[in-house]
Amino acid sequence: MSLDVAAVKRDFPILSRKIEHNRLVYLDSAGSSQHPRQVTEAMTTYYDLHHANVHRGVYTLAEESTSMMEAARATTSRFIGGATANEIVFTKNATEAINLVAHSWGRANLAEGDAVVVTQMEHHANIVPWQMLATEKGIELRWIPVDERGHLDLTDLDRLLDGASLVAVSAMSNVLGTINPLRRIADAAHAAGALVLADACQYVPHLPTSIQELGVDFAAFSGHKMLGPTGVGVLWAREALLDAMPPFLGGGGMILDVTQDGFIPDGLPAKFEAGTPPIAETIGLAAAIDYLEALGMDAVREHEVSLTAHAMRLLTETVGEKLTIHGPTEPSERGGVLSLDLEGVHPHDISQVLDQHGVCVRPGHHCAKPLMKVLGVGATARASLYLYNDEDDVDALAAALIEARDFFSF
Amino acid sequence: MPGLEDLYREIILDHYRSPRNKGELETPPAHRTEGFNPLCGDEIVVYIDAEGHVVKDIKIGGQGCSISQASASMMSSAIKGKTFSDIKDITRAFKAMMSIHEGKLDGSGTEHDDVPEVKLGDLEALRGVVKFPVRIKCATLSWNTLAEALAEVSEAN
Ligand SMILES: Cc1ncc(COP(=O)(O)O)c(C=O)c1O
Repeated sequence: MSLDVAAVKRDFPILSRKIEHNRLVYLDSAGSSQHPRQVTEAMTTYYDLHHANVHRGVYTLAEESTSMMEAARATTSRFIGGATANEIVFTKNATEAINLVAHSWGRANLAEGDAVVVTQMEHHANIVPWQMLATEKGIELRWIPVDERGHLDLTDLDRLLDGASLVAVSAMSNVLGTINPLRRIADAAHAAGALVLADACQYVPHLPTSIQELGVDFAAFSGHKMLGPTGVGVLWAREALLDAMPPFLGGGGMILDVTQDGFIPDGLPAKFEAGTPPIAETIGLAAAIDYLEALGMDAVREHEVSLTAHAMRLLTETVGEKLTIHGPTEPSERGGVLSLDLEGVHPHDISQVLDQHGVCVRPGHHCAKPLMKVLGVGATARASLYLYNDEDDVDALAAALIEARDFFSF
Repeated sequence: MPGLEDLYREIILDHYRSPRNKGELETPPAHRTEGFNPLCGDEIVVYIDAEGHVVKDIKIGGQGCSISQASASMMSSAIKGKTFSDIKDITRAFKAMMSIHEGKLDGSGTEHDDVPEVKLGDLEALRGVVKFPVRIKCATLSWNTLAEALAEVSEAN
């Protein structure tokens, strides 16, 4: 069933906001998505009627908040096709989830001379934790290159995997939109004895996800990019791996016992959730997932592929040859992330002109400086599409880009 | 909302189109300092050829948006041939225009104290940037890099 975007838009109060006299055209969902009222209502209801700390009290409220958060965990697990809710660790964002793996699994399992493979299209969140570990442990970082079409160049994959312990790879690039062949990478990595961590920040919000089919061992994503609130992220990992990993943060909520002599960590997932968790945010995330599931992730993906195809065609035709859209040209191989380069106009200036029309795009390096270097640019202006965007939004983008082009053409 | 013409004054576009003092100087004798805007990845390189406490020559490298490039270009014209102490005054006057008030070096100054009376010339065109707070960092990138460069040169002497 195809998406009724007009009805979807009505669920997002912010989308009827005006920026001066312009309709808000929100094209930065890859940065952070907006919220349907169902999400904020779920969080408000929780705060108004059910709030208490989790896993502690025996009174009614504490039982309610605990079961609401655990229901959110089950919802999240089901959404990505996980085997058990114990495999879902709530963090504050995807960045923390990746750092958790680097600190816990990485420190326990990697030693000098070991290698971690990353790619040139990673977000800094999937680079810097490994660089920190490399400095601390003396491990080697190896880089899978990006080819001129914006795909990973896997020609040398077997050589890069030789002796490697982990591959940390983005499921979908937040700059190029490229959807990476995770299954192929995971099969090759496993054959070489390495595990695979997927940065699924841009994937889970936009594509039907079966974590088993992707074949990875760890996955990280953030609530705020999938219609949920800020402040909650998810680490998914196979249960046996999580079981064997040492705790990350220490404190309340993650122990079975503490004495003067030491502590015994609790089981999953409590072991990795020290301190009071973002309770309301997990409930908001579950409401976001319910919302996405009610629409159907197949329908979401189908809508984004066709809108991306329309946008690429329209922008190329109307803005003309001064415009470059980075990344794969085939809409079915990518998500709706359009990194734009307009000859003679810096991304900051593009975004400034677009803002005058209520069009929100993001200028900058998108936390992917190594990729910027490969692309030979300092920054891009990124327009990213989601389920609440439609052809009118793309038309507004095209019109504003034409104005930016003409304003700066000398 | 302030309009585009508040920000992109003709003289700014002129400096963006035809940047003054663009290029490199041989190091040594010149001194090279890099500045980054970590938010957007813009990068400025300031080359300074100083004799005593006078900037004999300056060149600007790197890449950035119209505001950061124009600001760097105007800055290079404004400070070439000036003494370090004049340059400090110009810098403080420029930053005050950007609503950044720095006290005296000894820390005794308060907010609006003591902004030097300096004619900013072309640089006045950047006044509109204040209405676009996220762009203030673009306008000040080259100035912060220059300050760092002068400090390094003074230290080396
Ligand atoms: C691909 C990718 N990885 C990681 C992140 C980091 O997400 P967060 O800032 O929510 O931790 C982002 C978002 O900025 C992203 O797009």
